[in-house]
Amino acid sequence: MKLIVAIIQPYRLEHVKEELYKMNVNLLTVSEVLGHGRQKGITEIYRGIKESGNLLRKIRIDIAVNEEFVETTIKAIIKGAKTGETGDGKIFVLDLKDCIRIRTEERGPVAIG
Amino acid sequence: MGNTIINAGDTAWVLMATALVMLMTPGLAFFYGGLVRRKNILGVLMQCFAALCVVSIQWVLFGFSLAFAPSHGFWGGFAFAGLKGVGFAPNPAYAPTIPFEAFMVFQMMFAVITPALIIGAFAERMKFSSFLLFTLLWTTFVYDPIAHWVWGMGGWLRTLGVLDFAGGIVVHTTAGIAALVTALIIGKRKIDRASPPHNLPFAALGAALLWFGWFGFNAGSALAANGLAVSTFVVTNTAASSAGLTWMFMDWIFNGQTTVLGTITGAVAGLATITPASGFVSPASAIIIGFFAGVFCFLAVSFLKPRFAYDDSLDAFGVHGIGGILGVIATGIFASTLINPHGANGLLYGNTKQILIQLLAVGVTIVYTFMATFIIYKLIDVILGVRVGEKEEFMGLDLSQHHETGYTLME
Ligand SMILES: Nc1ncnc2c1ncn2[C@@H]1O[C@H](COP(=O)(O)OP(=O)(O)O)[C@@H](O)[C@H]1O
Repeated sequence: MKLIVAIIQPYRLEHVKEELYKMNVNLLTVSEVLGHGRQKGITEIYRGIKESGNLLRKIRIDIAVNEEFVETTIKAIIKGAKTGETGDGKIFVLDLKDCIRIRTEERGPVAIG
Repeated sequence: MGNTIINAGDTAWVLMATALVMLMTPGLAFFYGGLVRRKNILGVLMQCFAALCVVSIQWVLFGFSLAFAPSHGFWGGFAFAGLKGVGFAPNPAYAPTIPFEAFMVFQMMFAVITPALIIGAFAERMKFSSFLLFTLLWTTFVYDPIAHWVWGMGGWLRTLGVLDFAGGIVVHTTAGIAALVTALIIGKRKIDRASPPHNLPFAALGAALLWFGWFGFNAGSALAANGLAVSTFVVTNTAASSAGLTWMFMDWIFNGQTTVLGTITGAVAGLATITPASGFVSPASAIIIGFFAGVFCFLAVSFLKPRFAYDDSLDAFGVHGIGGILGVIATGIFASTLINPHGANGLLYGNTKQILIQLLAVGVTIVYTFMATFIIYKLIDVILGVRVGEKEEFMGLDLSQHHETGYTLME
């Protein structure tokens, strides 16, 4: 089991979801986060004062998958999120020790799907 | 020139009403702003405030003249340009008891909100620069001439005897049809699968401000603090309530539950629909008109739009277009000289002619608005390009057009 964590551009979320659903990856958690990377943000301007804070809005997607879904999921995220520009984001793949479905108390791979 | 003595009460009421109508545009901004996605809230607020600024200046420079100067039937000309001759003395052709300048500024706020209403159709995807040009050209070539036809001295529809108390034709039909045209040509939003309103409380606040301002819009159109203004006030509130209730029940019947968005949309539809009739009909008629407003606008929004698959994002056509047209026709049915002796009787009171005039007026307005809006849109598309790029659209108008964000995630 792996936990796939992807940091993507907010405006690519719809595309990524679409690609994931196409590959039957339907279970995911999405959160709004701020990220600091190489990308320079759009400078926001408030009454002439420029705010180029280097924390940019990003979307974080968490997906726990069984082994056979790891590559599919990664490919789908890339397909939806890649524009080729700085700031497209990263995907982190973590070993997942366990997974428990609270409702049934099932554990391990069966609990993921 | 007749009686031209300024009445303090009338002038006070019209100035008050002007301020009420002014508040409708920011009210509309919150109504629409609450309905868009959170990345576009500032885009909508900005367009509404920009309309207020652009049209106010246009109106003073030449807009008021194009609409209200006594020229020929189709176009007011430039006699009042730069407010020449628009001073403290009343103009009895429009309002015999208030300074002509008060009439001018009252009308200004109508000219402001009309292009702002159209924003609902192309929300979340128009370039700001194109919006500015669109507002200027549309006000000049659509709003001003049609205001002249219906309300201006010598306007051909006014001469024919059309009844439009507060702008069912001039404001709501024009804005609604322009909304339909722009929604059709600009195309759908990139992701238009039902994106839920990002802030319904804003929408409810906006609807409340619209309702409040509408007392100025309609009752102010009596242009005097008199019985007619009171009757208009009552009728306006009655129709809004009737339509709000109707939509509430339509939601219940068709969707299984009542909704906040449905109820406030119904109220706004009722307000738009009663607008042309408000100075000519009884409260009982207003209940019926509000009922039909709720039914027809609900059907337009729920069935017509999906059927023809145009993305009128915030239902500017479904609410203002359908409501406006319906109201103009209803005026030809329910108008009564018992309410307003300067009006006319409608079908219900034995006058068949009025409804024909109403139909002609609304028909010509639809055709002219449709064509002129189309041409203006295409022209701007050639000069500036109307729609933002795909990336800007996904990013949202707040960041891409204004380099600001409506909401921060963390300080
Ligand atoms: N090493 C990292 N650890 C955690 N988050 C990172 C890391 N590198 C990048 N990110 C996240 O990815 C986002 C995009 O990275 P950025 O350097 O801007 O562009 P690129 O994806 O082209 O390398 C950052 O804003 C940040 O949220």
